[in-house]
Amino acid sequence: MSEKRCTIAVLVENKPGVLARVSSLFRRRGFNIESLAVGTTEREDISRMTIVVRGNDRTLEQVMKQLNKLIEVIKVSDLSENSVERELALIKVHATPAKRSEIIEIANIFRARIVDVARDSFIIEITGDEEKINAFVDLMRQYGIKEMARTGKISMARGPKTVG
Amino acid sequence: MRAADAIVKALEMEGVEHIFGIPGGAILEVYDALYDSEIVHILTRHEQAAVHAADGYARATGRVGVAFATSGPGATNTVTGIATAYMDSSPLVVMTGQVPRPMIGNDAFQEADTTGITMPITKHNYLVTDEKQLLRIIKEAFYIASTGRPGPVLIDLPRDVTMADIDFDYPEKVDLIGYKPKIKGHPKQIKKAVDLIMKSERPIILAGGGVRLSNAHEEVLKLAETIPAFVVTTLMGKGAIPEEHPLCLGFIGMHGTKYGNYAVMEADLIIAIGCRFSDRTVGKFSEFAPNAKIIHIDIDPAEIGKNVRVDVPIVGDAKLILQEMIKMIKTKQRKEWMDRVKELKKKYPLKYKQDENVIKPQFVIEKIYELAPDAIVTTEVGQNQMWAAQYFKVKYPRQFITSGGLGTMGFGFPAAMGAQVAFPDKTVVDIAGDGSFLMNIQELATCVDYNIPVKVCVLNNAYLGMVRQWQQLFYKKRYSATRLRYPELSFEKIAEGFGAHGITVEKPSEVEDALKEAFEIDKPVVIDFHVEVEENVFPFVPPGRSLREVLDGE
Repeated sequence: MSEKRCTIAVLVENKPGVLARVSSLFRRRGFNIESLAVGTTEREDISRMTIVVRGNDRTLEQVMKQLNKLIEVIKVSDLSENSVERELALIKVHATPAKRSEIIEIANIFRARIVDVARDSFIIEITGDEEKINAFVDLMRQYGIKEMARTGKISMARGPKTVG
Repeated sequence: MRAADAIVKALEMEGVEHIFGIPGGAILEVYDALYDSEIVHILTRHEQAAVHAADGYARATGRVGVAFATSGPGATNTVTGIATAYMDSSPLVVMTGQVPRPMIGNDAFQEADTTGITMPITKHNYLVTDEKQLLRIIKEAFYIASTGRPGPVLIDLPRDVTMADIDFDYPEKVDLIGYKPKIKGHPKQIKKAVDLIMKSERPIILAGGGVRLSNAHEEVLKLAETIPAFVVTTLMGKGAIPEEHPLCLGFIGMHGTKYGNYAVMEADLIIAIGCRFSDRTVGKFSEFAPNAKIIHIDIDPAEIGKNVRVDVPIVGDAKLILQEMIKMIKTKQRKEWMDRVKELKKKYPLKYKQDENVIKPQFVIEKIYELAPDAIVTTEVGQNQMWAAQYFKVKYPRQFITSGGLGTMGFGFPAAMGAQVAFPDKTVVDIAGDGSFLMNIQELATCVDYNIPVKVCVLNNAYLGMVRQWQQLFYKKRYSATRLRYPELSFEKIAEGFGAHGITVEKPSEVEDALKEAFEIDKPVVIDFHVEVEENVFPFVPPGRSLREVLDGE
């Protein structure tokens, strides 16, 4: 069976230990997490995890079913299709005076923002889907990336439908 | 009220009558509260045995088994017991002591990360960090352990929590937004299943441990007789139907009956009820029942399609689903298939070569069955377990108790103890091997101390027999680290040292008398049967092979 990537939104009770329970499940069942982002929701007692996982159809089905078995998991939804996906990255890029305007120009094209300026470096903040960020990162490599932090993906279905 | 007293009162309200455990520093407060309770506490001699005993108790009664242990090593000793219960979906509540809250994480004396360690082997677990949540947690633990697909739940109790002062306000209901087991089967799926059954010419029912968990025995029998269809079981499903019933083909899988395995491979429809298609039952996944459509009834949606392809899944409680199905099914005689299976049954019976001078282990089981057909039988793991499964014909539900999923050596004896505590007037027999028995032999002290008259029948073949069998068949008889016996070892003397009764049996002619003697004595008995040393378990489907590829040993 062919492998594919799947984005899963998991609503969980906001209690200590829930993240450990979810990650322990992935480890124990041999599922691979590509990225995982956790944050609060419109309700303070519920958190939302967005997990990107790779596997064949059977594995992905098991991931969703096993997640559902966890007592503190409230809802599991597949958001691989027709959803808005965003990631945020902070990139500290080498920026000599000679290259600065060039970097600023590229950042503008990507609607990225320069949030910190030092003598020979910038911190650039960029949001977007994964491909956009990858493309931007590739372009930045020629100047020298000193440091990078990415949040992992969050995702939401388009239209009026909600996962809750 | 002191939280420890509230815990004991909550257990009383949950109907708990017996607890198995060992006290220690971190759980002293709870034991102090237990001192005034009507609940009977059985002091086992190892925490692993306490959990197995609670597990045996749960499997024999269908109620939640309860075990206590202290923090650190007490808690880590429960791990094998909890994992065993988890794999076989046995309802347990395990309470462990923990160091006081301010000391957690500081590597205090007897501190272990108990909830971390047990996370992947419990259905759910709790570390009580707020005494106000304590009673809610206990209520939830019993509810989670016993509903849906049952399983063990652990509650870790920091010592200062058990000393706190709380109001006793035991909740009547639980409110778990993320846990709502699906009980009722989907009518459309049930209809599809019934259509498949009516169309089928060669149907077989495969009954698993879920039949026992949902108390669906009567429905399984009724379904089998209505269709009519033959019934095979998994190891955990033994007892789903009386095994002497003409429609029963015994258990299938690696050491299952040859006729059961063959019948499954020839069937055109498998009606699987409460089973998880484990590798030991199914053999090679891709070649299981190649001509059959598969109906899979299970309360756990994650089991559907996990190991084998399924044509009609029905998620819900087996008992309710079967009741719906039975209403819609019309009897249809399938003479050709009936004759074919009867022929298989006749052609490939279970058999072994009897010997006048050496005790055959199968013969011992046959004698136990003959003399105590109503006994509750527990087994250890290995050859003893397989011979017991083959030759002890289970008559009623919950009669046969074995560690199927985890395959835990050392399970049978303490599980027998738990079953005997639940049913003091029944004969309870642990069919053991000399290797397994040694793994929890210290419980002889518990049995004598509380007069729990379990009968341990050791099939002593001087080896870790099942491992030796694989070494013989797959490793050219290179018996690496499997020989156990040395001349000075005497189970009879060990039994007597503990104050139990010991018997050594070396001749086939003495087997019956020894068993009669054991069943008559009202105290724990160990019978050490010196059986054929290199006897193998057949039939045998080698691991990863299809159920057609059966070795006979001839």
